[in-house]
Amino acid sequence: MAKIIVVTSGKGGVGKTTSSAAIGTGIAMRGFKTVIIDFDIGLRNLDLIMGCERRVVYDFVNVINGEANLKQAMIKDKRIDTLFILPASQTRDKDALSKEGVERILNELAEEFDYIICDSPAGIESGAMMALYFADEAIVVTNPEVSSVRDSDRILGMLSSKSRRAEQGLPGIKEHLLLTRYNPERVVKGEMLSVEDVGEILAIKLLGVIPESQAVLNASNSGTPVILDEESDAGQAYLDTVARLLGEDVPFRFLNVEKKGLLKRIFGG
Amino acid sequence: MSDHSFELKGSLFPLSVLYCQDLSAAAVKTQLQQKLAQAPAFFYRAPVVINVESVTQAPDFAAIAEVFKELELVLVGVCGASAELKKVAQAAGLASLQLSKSKTPAKESKEKETKTEAAVAAPVMETKVVEQNIRSGQQIYAKGADLVIRGTVGAGAEVIADGNIHIYGTLRGKAIAGAAGDSQKRVFCHKLEAELISIAGSYWLSDSLQGEYWGKSACIGLQDDKLVLADLL
Repeated sequence: MAKIIVVTSGKGGVGKTTSSAAIGTGIAMRGFKTVIIDFDIGLRNLDLIMGCERRVVYDFVNVINGEANLKQAMIKDKRIDTLFILPASQTRDKDALSKEGVERILNELAEEFDYIICDSPAGIESGAMMALYFADEAIVVTNPEVSSVRDSDRILGMLSSKSRRAEQGLPGIKEHLLLTRYNPERVVKGEMLSVEDVGEILAIKLLGVIPESQAVLNASNSGTPVILDEESDAGQAYLDTVARLLGEDVPFRFLNVEKKGLLKRIFGG
Repeated sequence: MSDHSFELKGSLFPLSVLYCQDLSAAAVKTQLQQKLAQAPAFFYRAPVVINVESVTQAPDFAAIAEVFKELELVLVGVCGASAELKKVAQAAGLASLQLSKSKTPAKESKEKETKTEAAVAAPVMETKVVEQNIRSGQQIYAKGADLVIRGTVGAGAEVIADGNIHIYGTLRGKAIAGAAGDSQKRVFCHKLEAELISIAGSYWLSDSLQGEYWGKSACIGLQDDKLVLADLL
């Protein structure tokens, strides 16, 4: 049975799609058959970050409406054999998703895949609710600042009350905290909340901390998930995150300010 | 054939009866005010009958009616009035109600009533226990019950109870105890960082809670309309 993981946050622009792409890719690299679904109907960013925007013919909404089958709509990743993407429609809005339609597609995917990653849109409206409704696990992406933390708290409330697991009285969704855009230097200066602060407020298990990094922007622009940039700190942090998601015990890195050597100070980090 | 569009039928309704030695408008007012302060919501627009059995001099019903109006009570009439007092009451537009016929059994039953009332008023108050964190945007209401939260109440979350509220985690959101108007209810929390605390309608914002107990365990109650913070232990 496939595991359905929603990547959500409440707040926009915190790195949901970047994280969905990186984590989905990371799981697929381990040999698990993985599909990433873009639930952000109307905006469609996932295919850009995955670098397959020119290969989109049919989309999620087409499949729900029966205008195409899953095989036609899913895009196979060119780098990793076990990775697929189900893109969002750009011409429709979020109301095009129906609970029955989403359930039917997830059931169909579950027969074939090991992991289904749902990339949630921002907000707490129907699109986001649809993305989290069928989830078994949730990765709550949070930036170390108060409004993002508040919105994550709100989404955590939704996860525990509005999901299928909550409605049917099943064991709750397993919640993970993914802290992105973490900048230890700014934490020391008091300009950002620390890992401890966020952890205390949200009170869920920390899955990973992704440092703020130029590599993330570069990766997005070039259509390569940042996890494939194994040289970069963000790429390594996502690799660690995937390992933890798969149950491995990996120490946290990039939490403290790095001491820069003389050369680094002169030529920049 | 009977017509149901118009009927006049006798029926029994519970009414509060006021027993007061001094029936001057000023005395009635102060005494009522004290009573109302204990449970303003309970007596709001309650129909009241004044017992005038022990009254020798005709009270100024018009002035008393004014007091009732001011305090949001509805003065229905008088009971136990002498023939003379009945006339005065009638002149003031008040109904005069009959007391039960034989006096002694009536008193007895009244005693019984207070006993049963006490038995009803002090039942095992129910407790609602929530075994999780209350997240931003969530609202929990324990109607007619105490509320126990085995978790943290997040900023932007609300916990409301007609009884006491106990929070074993941090209170960052709003806690409203004694929501039905009971000023004896309290809020207990393991770590106080609340946005708002309200007891029986009086409330305090985060600003007024900062101080000695901020970020520490505390017990918050109401004394003479004032917020009182105290050690939890």
